Amino acid sequence: MLVGVGNSQRPRPLTICGLAFLFLAGAIMIHALQASSQTQQPTASPTPQASSVLAGQGASSAGSSTAQISQSGPSVVVLDPAHGGTDLGARGTGGIQESEIVMEFAAEVRKALEQQGFQVLQTRQANDNPSFDDRSAIANAQRNAVFVTLHVSSTGLPGTVRVYVNSGLPAVTTTSGLIPWDSAQAPFLGLSRKLGDLIQGMLTQRFKGSPDAAQTATIRQLRTTAAPAIAVEVSSVVVNDRAELDNMAPGVADAIARGVVAFKPLYVITGTGGGSP
Amino acid sequence: MTDPLIDSLTELAPGPAREKWKFWLTALLVFVVVGAAITAPILRRRMKRAARLQQQTEEQARRELTQPVPMNPSDPRVKAKLFWLSDADSSVLAPVTVELPLSSDPVLRSKQVLNTLLAGPVDVELRTLPPDAVLLAFYILPDGTAIADFSEALATSIPSGIASEQLGVDSMTQTLAANVKEVKRLKILIHGQEAETLAGHVDLTGTFAVLVNASQAPTNPIAAPAAGRVGDLVGPPLTAGGSAVKLAPR
Repeated sequence: MLVGVGNSQRPRPLTICGLAFLFLAGAIMIHALQASSQTQQPTASPTPQASSVLAGQGASSAGSSTAQISQSGPSVVVLDPAHGGTDLGARGTGGIQESEIVMEFAAEVRKALEQQGFQVLQTRQANDNPSFDDRSAIANAQRNAVFVTLHVSSTGLPGTVRVYVNSGLPAVTTTSGLIPWDSAQAPFLGLSRKLGDLIQGMLTQRFKGSPDAAQTATIRQLRTTAAPAIAVEVSSVVVNDRAELDNMAPGVADAIARGVVAFKPLYVITGTGGGSP
Repeated sequence: MTDPLIDSLTELAPGPAREKWKFWLTALLVFVVVGAAITAPILRRRMKRAARLQQQTEEQARRELTQPVPMNPSDPRVKAKLFWLSDADSSVLAPVTVELPLSSDPVLRSKQVLNTLLAGPVDVELRTLPPDAVLLAFYILPDGTAIADFSEALATSIPSGIASEQLGVDSMTQTLAANVKEVKRLKILIHGQEAETLAGHVDLTGTFAVLVNASQAPTNPIAAPAAGRVGDLVGPPLTAGGSAVKLAPR
């Protein structure tokens, strides 16, 4: 009887083991099938469209009908290391990523600007990706700020740097001193060009082969920025050695800082919308 | 706590039969596990192949639906100006004159020149748009606004950057300006949808001005003050002159 009890209990763990094996094998097969049939889903990152939001303090000083004169010039520089997070930007050989390089450039530019007495705000501190509007909002909340967005291209002559200002936007005709968010850059285009030309001039002295004057492009980031705003694009991620880009950072930083200093006395808003002030 | 069913089974089954039952159960388990291990990778491979085939079929179907407008040989051959990167300086565009039989209908004509632009020049280094991009649809509204709908490849394959994206758009606007006088503005859609940017930089929410004079090689329009409507572009510097070239096959 004792033997019988022992024998009767033996099949039970075996049955459980068997069932577990069956379950495991089934799970492996299902997992394998799911993994193979799964297609990569694109990561949708909709940027909220700010409709008729009005630009903040900086914009109110530059409305088309509010002719005010800035006495002190810009005291705040908003630095925008472009891309970030899942948006890597331009990608080059040897794992060079634009989103990463621009953070290093931003650190150098920040240092150079702070040495000149400017307060520097960054649109991102880490590897995240704020929306275009969120980045613009940081500059739009400031009075007398300038905005510099930093990029690294995937084309162009390596070792050169190009400065861009936004191309045409509809002229702002508002009597409230406030400007529409969607074309917040319009009243600042003239100032942006002055700032861009100054910084491009400084850059061209250091980086031969760069253009003599700032260029125009239809840049989404600049459109909603209510401040003198430029994009600085360094060429390029297609370099043989990452050190080539790293070595450019101090020169780019110095040129931007000296350009902003030279721009300071020119930051006079005469109240014309959509064109040169 | 013994299971009464197992108790009854074990009691009913004699010793050798029980051993046999255990043997078969173990063999079955081993068979299932080995079978799963063998078939899982094969099934995975088959699924991948099926997915790839489906993708290819979709792409093929889309290409068939949006086949480039065939050139009608009876149409008069005209000297079309197409804007690709300059041979001398790849940061600017240069017009290239190509003799093509172009339709007199502005929509067909626009499709013909844009498809030729997408096909690219002989020197692939001078192309401005990705070779896998497809023009899915093209319309012209009564006010002269042209709407060009491209496949996603336009956004995903174009080199990311302000310069490269702007040159891509400029090559389209300047080619249209030089060859289709009815088009005044260009709106770019990606797979039927409005996109915020082309590849992270150039704004696609507005329209781009198609200025006839912009395609006639201004020496340095960059220096001109930026002003105008939403999406207006002041064209980049162009190199003067052009030469006839053969077109690269798609």
